Amino acid sequence: MSEVILKVENINKQYRLGTVGTGTLSHDLNRFWHKIRGKEDPYLKVGTVNDRSKKASSDYVWALRDINFEVKRGEILGIIGKNGAGKSTLLKILSRVTAPTTGSIKTKGRIASLLEVGTGMHPELTGRENIYLNGAILGMTKAEIASKLEEIVDFSGCEMYIDTPVKRYSSGMRVRLGFAVAAFLEPDILVVDEVLAVGDAEFQKKAIGKMKDISNTTGRTVLFVSHNMGAIRDLCTRAIVIENGILRFDGSTNDSVSHYLSSNSHSEEDLASRTDRLGNQAIKLKKVRIVDTNERSIEAIGPFDPFSIVFEYERDTSIEIKKLLISIQIIDANQNIIAAFPSDEYCYDFNTNSNSFRLNIEMMNFRSSSYTINFLSFDTTTETLNYIDRIDNVFTFTVLNTKMHTEGRLARPGSGVLLKAKFSD
Amino acid sequence: MKSDNWLYEIKPKGKFIDLNLKEIWRYRDLLILFVKRDIVTVYKQTVLGPLWFLIQPLFTGVIFTLVFNKLGGINTYGVPSFLFNLSGITLWSYFKESLSTTSKTFLTNSSLFGKVYFPRVIAPASKVLSGLLKYVIQLGIFFVFYLFFLWNGEDLQLGPYWYLLPIPVFSVAMLGLGVGMILSSLTTKYRDLSILIDFGIQLLMYISAVMYSLQFASEELGEYAWVVTYNPLAQLIELYRNMLLDVGQDSLWQLLIAVVVSIATLFVGLVIFNRTEKTFIDTV
Repeated sequence: MSEVILKVENINKQYRLGTVGTGTLSHDLNRFWHKIRGKEDPYLKVGTVNDRSKKASSDYVWALRDINFEVKRGEILGIIGKNGAGKSTLLKILSRVTAPTTGSIKTKGRIASLLEVGTGMHPELTGRENIYLNGAILGMTKAEIASKLEEIVDFSGCEMYIDTPVKRYSSGMRVRLGFAVAAFLEPDILVVDEVLAVGDAEFQKKAIGKMKDISNTTGRTVLFVSHNMGAIRDLCTRAIVIENGILRFDGSTNDSVSHYLSSNSHSEEDLASRTDRLGNQAIKLKKVRIVDTNERSIEAIGPFDPFSIVFEYERDTSIEIKKLLISIQIIDANQNIIAAFPSDEYCYDFNTNSNSFRLNIEMMNFRSSSYTINFLSFDTTTETLNYIDRIDNVFTFTVLNTKMHTEGRLARPGSGVLLKAKFSD
Repeated sequence: MKSDNWLYEIKPKGKFIDLNLKEIWRYRDLLILFVKRDIVTVYKQTVLGPLWFLIQPLFTGVIFTLVFNKLGGINTYGVPSFLFNLSGITLWSYFKESLSTTSKTFLTNSSLFGKVYFPRVIAPASKVLSGLLKYVIQLGIFFVFYLFFLWNGEDLQLGPYWYLLPIPVFSVAMLGLGVGMILSSLTTKYRDLSILIDFGIQLLMYISAVMYSLQFASEELGEYAWVVTYNPLAQLIELYRNMLLDVGQDSLWQLLIAVVVSIATLFVGLVIFNRTEKTFIDTV
């Protein structure tokens, strides 16, 4: 089990920014001129760190910089990172769609990728013909496919349509067919990227189960890229975090996920510049963040973990506040208020001279989903509601999946709360 | 930990010549399926279906006969001009199709190539193979007309080297594939070429001895005859027509030169193609 099956050494990938034009030709010629004199490529020395929000300082960018890691046989390695961090570039290099600029990858097994399922399907061909075509594209021989045809058709659940051209299929059926072919591939290393974002819930479950199966029973290695931290935690035995093209963290799944979540916080977002707010702005909310018990900024919480929401605001002392009431609302994806924390109910009087306050929450035992925070503040001296500052969607956070009992399965994502309970006779 | 027996290594650029035939062999089923796909899907949802394989050369043959022989008065040296044109057209259209489909390999397959790895050479090779099947069908229709003219009392005979017929056919395939792969590699970065190709193929036909023989060209063009005679494709078509109809030159030396040029072109094409396939997805 401890044999290294994949070894990634000093992988770099450089991309050119902007469009291909006359500049490209002159760079190509310059590169060629350096090469025939036996010198190093002049453009390998330049290149900026891959941070898409900043202005580039040169025409070249390093999509990946000095990536090194090893994968052992039978491991399920999670690859975590923000959009544009370089995850897909890494997978493309691993699946040999593109070559690295420098560095090398050594492997002892065949790598097959599921970068996107159903690749190369021809709309005019029938489902059956497409299974053969798709399978062959993914590297199977005709005999291999023929021996698994029954299972593939069965797994896809498209038996009725198997002799109908794929152009008559619904998009979901195409995905099912594509995934079914890929699931019966038998590579030593399987690369999976976000396939689980498609298909209905039933099929997603089937797909995750199949992936677990693949690695548990046959000892095959899986590289899995996803934004779904719950799925990463559930499936992977180890994870790496990529940030701006650099490998930031390599460790156990839990450590990697919490590293990613803490580094990925929105705390820099500038609420002060937002104009979609109500009230006289005697106080003005500037910043919201969620911190764990170690005061690290995070974006996702476990449903039974304590955490605090920190609010920072500006006080405009020229406007008088008689009695400040603040209410924090937690909103789910369907815009329902799931919880509200009006300060009077929670017996808190604000010190109007301070610039911040915290809401400490012992647990937010919701089912896994994403939630947003609304901020409302009033002056309550009169019967009418006088807004001081009201601003919606100040912060979005995720409640992670968890298991209610150590042996059980992961709680299903969705709405509603999780309560600590036990069944008995 | 022993870590020396790696299956393969992913590196920036491979060796200068890295044809990887073992891997291509492993993907042979894909090649066959691609060929099948090309043949089956081209005329799906058409009424005449595979008849289109025959209609195209026949109509071209009729028009060529009208324009170049009746109107232009090109000498076909006693051979029925329709048959003369049809023989040139079958081989020319095989070349044309090989070149134009393979030269678009990277552009038309970019979404597929961007997601899965397989030896990229499979894609252009499958086009040339499916073209070969179409060519064989067209050669069949040529012989139907050959027999028809023979039955009508025309004095027809095969050339002295008729048994070498596959050689010019395969040479043309190699030439088309080779040039196509060179062009497809260059078009990934510089799209100018894709405009040039369609236009260039059209012009090329006129200097490839499709509707006249090399003998006629050297007689009529005089000092400009090199435009045609230095074109390996014109030589191949001329020799091919000689094998079928015993008209024009039958030099084995010319055949050898043309074959060597074709093989060299294919080799250059493969080398350039192999260098491009590794990173084309970043520039396409």
